[in-house]
Amino acid sequence: MNFDLTDERQMLQDGLRRYLADAYTAEARKKIEDDEAAFSPDIWTGLAEMGVIGALFREEDGGFAGEGFDIALVFEELGRIGAVDPLIDTAVLGGGLIAVLGTDAQKDVIETVIAGGAHLAVAHGEPSSRFDMPRVETTATKGADGYTLNGRKAIVVNAPSAENLIVSARTSGDIADTDGISLFIIPADTDGMTLRSYPIVGGGHAAEVTLSDVSVPNEAMLGAEGAAYDAISAMNARATLAICAEALGLMESIKTLTNDYLKTRKQFGVPIGKFQALQHRLADVLIEIEQARSAVINLAGHVDAEPSVRDVHVSATKNLIGLAARLVVEEGIQMHGGIGMTNEYELGHLAKRLTMIDHRFGDTDYHMEQFIKLAVA
Amino acid sequence: MDLNYTEAEIAFRDEVRAFIKAKLPDHLVDQSKLGTSLTKADYEEWHAILNAQGWLAPNWPKEFGGAAWNAVERHIFEDEMTKANAPRVVPFGLSMLGPVLQAFGSKEQQDYYLPRILNGDDWWCQGYSEPGAGSDLASVRTSAVRDGDHYIVNGQKTWTTLGQYANKIFCLVRTSKEGKPQQGISFLLIDMDTPGIEVRPIVLIDGTPEVNEVFFDNVKVPVENLVGEENKGWTYAKYLLTHERTNIAGVGFANAGLQNLKRIARLEQSGGRPLIENPHFAARIARVEMDLMAMSTTNLRVVSQAAAGQAPGAESSMLKIKGTIIRQEINALTRNAVGPYAMPFASEALDEGSNEEPVGPDYAAPATAQYLNNRKLSIFGGSNEIQRGIITKAILEL
Ligand SMILES: Cc1cc2nc3c(=O)[nH]c(=O)nc-3n(C[C@H](O)[C@H](O)[C@H](O)COP(=O)(O)OP(=O)(O)OC[C@H]3O[C@@H](n4cnc5c(N)ncnc54)[C@H](O)[C@@H]3O)c2cc1C
Repeated sequence: MNFDLTDERQMLQDGLRRYLADAYTAEARKKIEDDEAAFSPDIWTGLAEMGVIGALFREEDGGFAGEGFDIALVFEELGRIGAVDPLIDTAVLGGGLIAVLGTDAQKDVIETVIAGGAHLAVAHGEPSSRFDMPRVETTATKGADGYTLNGRKAIVVNAPSAENLIVSARTSGDIADTDGISLFIIPADTDGMTLRSYPIVGGGHAAEVTLSDVSVPNEAMLGAEGAAYDAISAMNARATLAICAEALGLMESIKTLTNDYLKTRKQFGVPIGKFQALQHRLADVLIEIEQARSAVINLAGHVDAEPSVRDVHVSATKNLIGLAARLVVEEGIQMHGGIGMTNEYELGHLAKRLTMIDHRFGDTDYHMEQFIKLAVA
Repeated sequence: MDLNYTEAEIAFRDEVRAFIKAKLPDHLVDQSKLGTSLTKADYEEWHAILNAQGWLAPNWPKEFGGAAWNAVERHIFEDEMTKANAPRVVPFGLSMLGPVLQAFGSKEQQDYYLPRILNGDDWWCQGYSEPGAGSDLASVRTSAVRDGDHYIVNGQKTWTTLGQYANKIFCLVRTSKEGKPQQGISFLLIDMDTPGIEVRPIVLIDGTPEVNEVFFDNVKVPVENLVGEENKGWTYAKYLLTHERTNIAGVGFANAGLQNLKRIARLEQSGGRPLIENPHFAARIARVEMDLMAMSTTNLRVVSQAAAGQAPGAESSMLKIKGTIIRQEINALTRNAVGPYAMPFASEALDEGSNEEPVGPDYAAPATAQYLNNRKLSIFGGSNEIQRGIITKAILEL
């Protein structure tokens, strides 16, 4: 056993941490948040040039790393700084799906993604699907020279900035069947596809996507007809790892802010960190964050394992992260008192972003049930 | 012991219900349900309706224009109001300053201010906290220096809730640096229109400008605005806080929140079935509901003791802690209940008069904002840590 980073990863981590500390100031982030695009082209290019996006792809796909531990490393650093850039959507989910399912022609876009020149969004969830991955109502009907799509997609993160959307639709089967789900790469400006965009809590933008009689050619299909489910759940696992690692970074930063605050804020003539009631709670926060770190390591090591093994780790980690995140957010705000409630102070942004992580890729309850199904029952 | 309402209490409840049915405006109900923020005019409209009925100040004695209800009547009233999604009554004048003036104010102050609170001439805000004085309230530094028949006030207050609507602020000010810090504090009523006062908004994490900073630069305040005696303000401040804390139990709000949560859980689908049938989620709702059932009785026990003449002391700290934990858990469950639709940032959709359609179901829009905003419940009015400290000292004698 060895929990040290390899030399390459250590270099990536050092470089990335330095770059983010310089480029991703609080002011820079506020500017990004106010912007429709939800990312700064400069920082995005900077990340691409450093090889951060390439680190999320395997060598055979044009990247240079792409293992679970690479994903975890990158997203923990992004989390620490509270970055809002939609790297999960463009690279892990969108790029990942194209990498596993795409034809050579379709895979061309990955190079542009790695170079920082393309944005993607994956339109899979629907207004009533909640967290159930196979629940797809959107239909794709085969015609003479292509498919016609109809349906609605919910909270498609990064859709407002994406040139292409990867849309799931049912080509056969019943509503919650895993068989019969197909994926299509659809340019955002395609007739019949409308986006209603909005900001999301904690930074970033999403859209509700309506598809009414959207015609796409056969070449728009990603992978074989009706057989996309396995790839969707595999990429969901990698995206869950990414977001859990991001949560870990956010938790570390909230803990550090709170720790510093307990040392400096004085009430009753002493730093509030002298009160045992707070000391012990910050100690508990620290313990839970170490648990969260171990859970992320577990998932990173199993994210590409066979589905039954992989999914036990996905659920164990996402559930634990959700619980730890809530503890860290609530204790962080509470121990800060009034300051913790303000939008201006750094903690607010980190807390909101961390809170929202429970609402993507399945929440604590959802993963509790999945875990029971897979591991306990 | 009899947990059933008496005939008189049932008659009272029916009277309250009939009043609500006749007088509670639909637009205020809709706003409460959707979680849109109320404007100053909304609050004033509702205060005026209650005042016309003589019900705006349930806890005030009759001689001051209150309803003088007992604990059970107040409980019934609050319960019916929250069930009907009536707006909350703004507490600063009615349940904070009012009781202080009744207990410690001069006859002139009572005659002048109390009617103005009832008929809406004045909107009060609370100027206790300062940047350096939060939990340690006795360390307030805003100074009031006597100069003839005026005090000259300098300093800064912060976290002043709805101070942007207020024309009056009651403040703790330092009038002496001698002795223990508690001994040099006075309780002063200040007109917000006096030259030298500046109010700056603070935006909270849910995006609302609910609190403010208030700056005082050589503000001239007439000495007749001093409540009680100079340097005795700490006693009045503590008296006020006990009143503040009883209301913070918030049984009515918790009940309303729980009903809303259950409604959402019936409408939301999980795995093709209503979320409320999901055993994990149902268990979490059940847990908080059982806690709330017991807490409403704890609340009645404490408040009826108070009605029998004992001042609510450390028991009100207990209510505050339990009450805020329950409400915050209901908020967290509501956020979870709406699933991915907790993510859209809905600030504009929550502003009154916005014709922005919410993203997703209308009940989802306020869930995250309310969760974030109600983190305040365990911080203000004396944080839960401070309340635990009071319990350990006063009840456990540790
Ligand atoms: C939304 C909101 C509205 C408010 N409205 C008003 C208002 O209208 N008027 C007004 O005057 N004030 C108002 N307040 C201020 C509120 O009363 C204070 O925030 C509160 O008293 C805590 O003070 P603080 O924020 O300075 O935190 P601090 O006192 O700095 O406390 C920081 C942390 O340390 C803990 N702590 C402090 N002392 C101890 C101790 N001895 N033992 C253990 N733990 C301790 C606290 O519990 C907290 O967790 C409001 C606050 C908020 C957030």
